Amino acid sequence: MSKRIDVQDLNVFYGDFKAVEDVTIRIEARSVTAFIGPSGCGKSTFLRTLNRMHEVIPRARVEGKVLLDGDDLYGAGVDPVTVRSQIGMVFQRPNPFPTMSIRDNVLAGVKLNNKRISRSESDNLVERSLRGANLWKEVKDRLEKPGSGLSGGQQQRLCIARAIAVQPEVILMDEPCSALDPISTLAVEDLIDELKDNYTVVIVTHNMQQAARVSEKTAFFNIAGTGEPGRLIEYSETTDIFNNPKEKSTEDYVSGRFG
Amino acid sequence: MTNTTLTRRQSKLTKGRLPKYAAWAVLAAAVILSAAIMTLIGFNAFGWGVLAAVLFTLGLTGISAAVEGARKAKDKLATCLVVGSFLVALLPLISVIWTVLVNGLPGLTPEFLFYSMNGVTGEFDDAAAEGNAPVLGGAYHALIGTLLMTLWATLISVPVGLLAAVYLVEYSSGGLLSKAITFFVDVMTGIPSIVAGLFAVAFFAVILGPGTKTGFVAAVALSVLMIPVVVRSTEEMLRIVPNELREASYALGVRKWRTITKVVIPTAISGIASGVTLAIARVVGETAPILVTAGFATSINFNVFSGWMASLPTFIYTQIITPTSPSNPDPSAQRAWAAALLLIVMVMLLNLAARLIARYFAPKTGR
Repeated sequence: MSKRIDVQDLNVFYGDFKAVEDVTIRIEARSVTAFIGPSGCGKSTFLRTLNRMHEVIPRARVEGKVLLDGDDLYGAGVDPVTVRSQIGMVFQRPNPFPTMSIRDNVLAGVKLNNKRISRSESDNLVERSLRGANLWKEVKDRLEKPGSGLSGGQQQRLCIARAIAVQPEVILMDEPCSALDPISTLAVEDLIDELKDNYTVVIVTHNMQQAARVSEKTAFFNIAGTGEPGRLIEYSETTDIFNNPKEKSTEDYVSGRFG
Repeated sequence: MTNTTLTRRQSKLTKGRLPKYAAWAVLAAAVILSAAIMTLIGFNAFGWGVLAAVLFTLGLTGISAAVEGARKAKDKLATCLVVGSFLVALLPLISVIWTVLVNGLPGLTPEFLFYSMNGVTGEFDDAAAEGNAPVLGGAYHALIGTLLMTLWATLISVPVGLLAAVYLVEYSSGGLLSKAITFFVDVMTGIPSIVAGLFAVAFFAVILGPGTKTGFVAAVALSVLMIPVVVRSTEEMLRIVPNELREASYALGVRKWRTITKVVIPTAISGIASGVTLAIARVVGETAPILVTAGFATSINFNVFSGWMASLPTFIYTQIITPTSPSNPDPSAQRAWAAALLLIVMVMLLNLAARLIARYFAPKTGR
């Protein structure tokens, strides 16, 4: 599992408005890459283009290439459903399915696609995914209870378990800790650290300490002003971004002088 | 008494406020005073109630203005008006239920529930009116007709309404077609029910020839009335399903149609089901469209595709307008009241069912 992502000259548009301009970036397999930058700079939009989730928004479109181990996600005849089953996503707010139990939430990716799965296989998958999300010990006695009864941090880890249950190559995380308290945040960060052994993880965060703690490489996005497209300003090792940035605006941002 | 009042120190914070019993005292005074006035000018209960309410409002507001000041007095006046309006709104409702209960209960016998009007002629009613025999005949055929026609109307309207709502919420992007659907659904909610009946008559006259009157024609007429209600309520319910759930499903590599059937609709199902139940309750009492589409029948007919069919509303109508025995209309009136009671009970049960369904299907949050 886990694949490399190469993005070449990617532009993202909402209708006529250019939201992200000319992004070229290489995201290594089995690593954690963080996207940081001020609000509205296009980092979440860009993240969504990595598994074609931006297509849910009417009139959103992209130009350029996104290669997953050399295969273009936007090539002719590529089904977005196939893309999304290989590149999973975790959202800002925990969103377990309210009609399903904890167990069914984990199995959602399998069951909703109508794949047949035996009881013992599904038991294994549930346990493996929940262990993978550091949630097994907390919920193993109440798998049949609704997922919405869990705390916010547990719900977010349930969503991560749900994402890894479909065995993706890449996991995208869109500010996964912004709705969580510090202790739940720590639990999710520990989990991200473990996930990179098997998956390629890309995380968008507003919290620079978080980026510094969890990621190996960091990309800084910025906009020149309102109405301008977002651009990738600097991309390198996380230690370099925070201690020895090349660009002036990166230094201003990470040292808290603006943004 | 005087002693305690003198020695008890009154809180400055409660100064200038009426005691709690003041409202009750004013109410008692108003009731007694209005009774006295009514006795002078000729007593009747309705006038007494109205006069007492007016005197109470004036008295309480006046006393409050004198003791508590203008702001409190306005508050009291507004309270009186609000409670008064509530009672006025409630009165006809209670009156209707009371009248139907009093007139309908004697007729609601097992005979009434399980026998039709087949073979019941004026002679039997004459005998019943003279006290020589019980009231024969019942509304079994009408009950069956109402249930069957409503069932078929539901079978037609729910798929159409549900899918139309799914199109509006999930697939349309606010284009001309969706605007047109929304507009015409709104228009359809307002069309008089007789027009729906005439539509069904004309429609089946074209297909099966003029004069086609069956339960199914009535079901089509009822579904014309039901579809807009189902579309509207389902649309509202689908719109409040958070977008995050759809995105979560897409991100797992689930197709749009499966996302709708497995995530969106189950999340909204409690609201959809109770909306459908309320739509059924709305059409179950329709009279005009059934009169022109299913005709009247006095015997039991289980087949909606052939023959005339009775329903509870048309049963009531025919029993009142054309009593079985023209010289003795009382047994017919009794049957009509009993059928009215039955209809009200059915609508009440449907409303109750809507609440239970909403509670049963609601997403659970237990730990």
